[in-house]
Amino acid sequence: MNYVQLGYDDLALASLLVLANAGLSLALNLGLTRRMLVATLRMVVQLSLVGLVLKSLFAAASPWLTAIVALAMILFAGREIMARQEKQFTGPWSYSLGTGSMLFAAALVTMFALTGPVRPDPWFDPRYALPLLGMILGNTMTGISLGLHTLTTTLVRERAGVEAQLALGRPRNDAFRPAVQAALTSALMPIVNSMAATGLVALPGMMTGQILAGVDPAEAVKYQILIMFLIAGGTSLGAVVAVLGGAWRLSDPRHRLRLDRLK
Amino acid sequence: MLDVRNLQRLTLGPVDLSLEAGEVVALRGASGSGKSLLMRALADLDPCKGAVSLDGVDRNAISGPDWRKSVAWVPAEAGWWSDIVNDHFSDWTAALPLISKLGLPEDCGGWQVSRASTGERQRLALVRALALDPGILLLDEPTSGLDSVSVQRVEDLVAGLAEAGKAILWTTHDQEQARRVASRTLLIEDGKLELLS
Repeated sequence: MNYVQLGYDDLALASLLVLANAGLSLALNLGLTRRMLVATLRMVVQLSLVGLVLKSLFAAASPWLTAIVALAMILFAGREIMARQEKQFTGPWSYSLGTGSMLFAAALVTMFALTGPVRPDPWFDPRYALPLLGMILGNTMTGISLGLHTLTTTLVRERAGVEAQLALGRPRNDAFRPAVQAALTSALMPIVNSMAATGLVALPGMMTGQILAGVDPAEAVKYQILIMFLIAGGTSLGAVVAVLGGAWRLSDPRHRLRLDRLK
Repeated sequence: MLDVRNLQRLTLGPVDLSLEAGEVVALRGASGSGKSLLMRALADLDPCKGAVSLDGVDRNAISGPDWRKSVAWVPAEAGWWSDIVNDHFSDWTAALPLISKLGLPEDCGGWQVSRASTGERQRLALVRALALDPGILLLDEPTSGLDSVSVQRVEDLVAGLAEAGKAILWTTHDQEQARRVASRTLLIEDGKLELLS
């Protein structure tokens, strides 16, 4: 593959754009300079470390190491879902609902990709498994976060209407349906919008990266389409599991609304 | 009909209470004394300790939805889940006689809920609950936002329901109203219930 190799001086040249942003923030007194520089530094350090870790993992090609890194990625993403919630579940549900849903959805869809359409040899090849999981996780995490956020805030805001239905003898499935529908809509909207706009409004990062690395654009497009399918599947599956699990947790077998299980 | 023993929930209780068929019982008490807690606990909308039974059948032997169809709670500020009034009724035509009886216009089914006044919404919520034909009615200040004519209509309607064998628990801050509508009045203070008159 032919591609232009980047040197550290090239990166330093590009970093002038961030420095210009920081200077602009300073001149306009936006108060963002420090945060922008810290975020830039974090990004450079984190990506450099990831590069080193991936290089070692690819060289080792161990199923156990790959599984451990994959699990660590899922656990970090679970923590991120929890942190993004305005209304958190009480007790272990706070962390385990989002993490469990993501583990289920991301693991299932990644395994499907590795054993179905992609089929690397060996099937757990970290060069394929980890980037695929990373892309599926990033989007599934967003979907689950949005879904749970919408579910909990809608049930809190619409409490009177939900309880009015329960008080009239309606089962919890009926009373919760509008909140569950709103939650799933908000979870899936980003991936639906993204699929609709891809190629017209923006070229996806992965595809652009492959093209820059010298891959035939037609091949890069095929990979991108596959990734979009996987992301859509993972996000839907994760959001459905998380939102239905959340709705189940916020009610009980007596068909009551249990907002006391939120903090 | 409704039998309550040792009912407890947060600051409420322990409460013992019984309601007989055809009886209207007034419940009085200062704001925050536990009236709404008691109503919600009786309607099984909050988990609580104690034994509650209806016609000798333990509440736990009846599903939550079925219990609430028999023991209907009408809160002071009713909730709405759709924009249009008649979306809240399974059979609007069947509700029309009660709508008229409470002085509401027959075409109010097509109204936006937001168009109805507080008093109109209160009466609509009452009709909505009565459409279930419950044996027990838990009315939380059902006339607090009504003019005197509408208050009379609600009191007359409830008296008719009691004559038909329903049991009604009615919270009110109005001592005179309690005397008018109820055969006995209970007072709740700091979550404890006592017979006032």
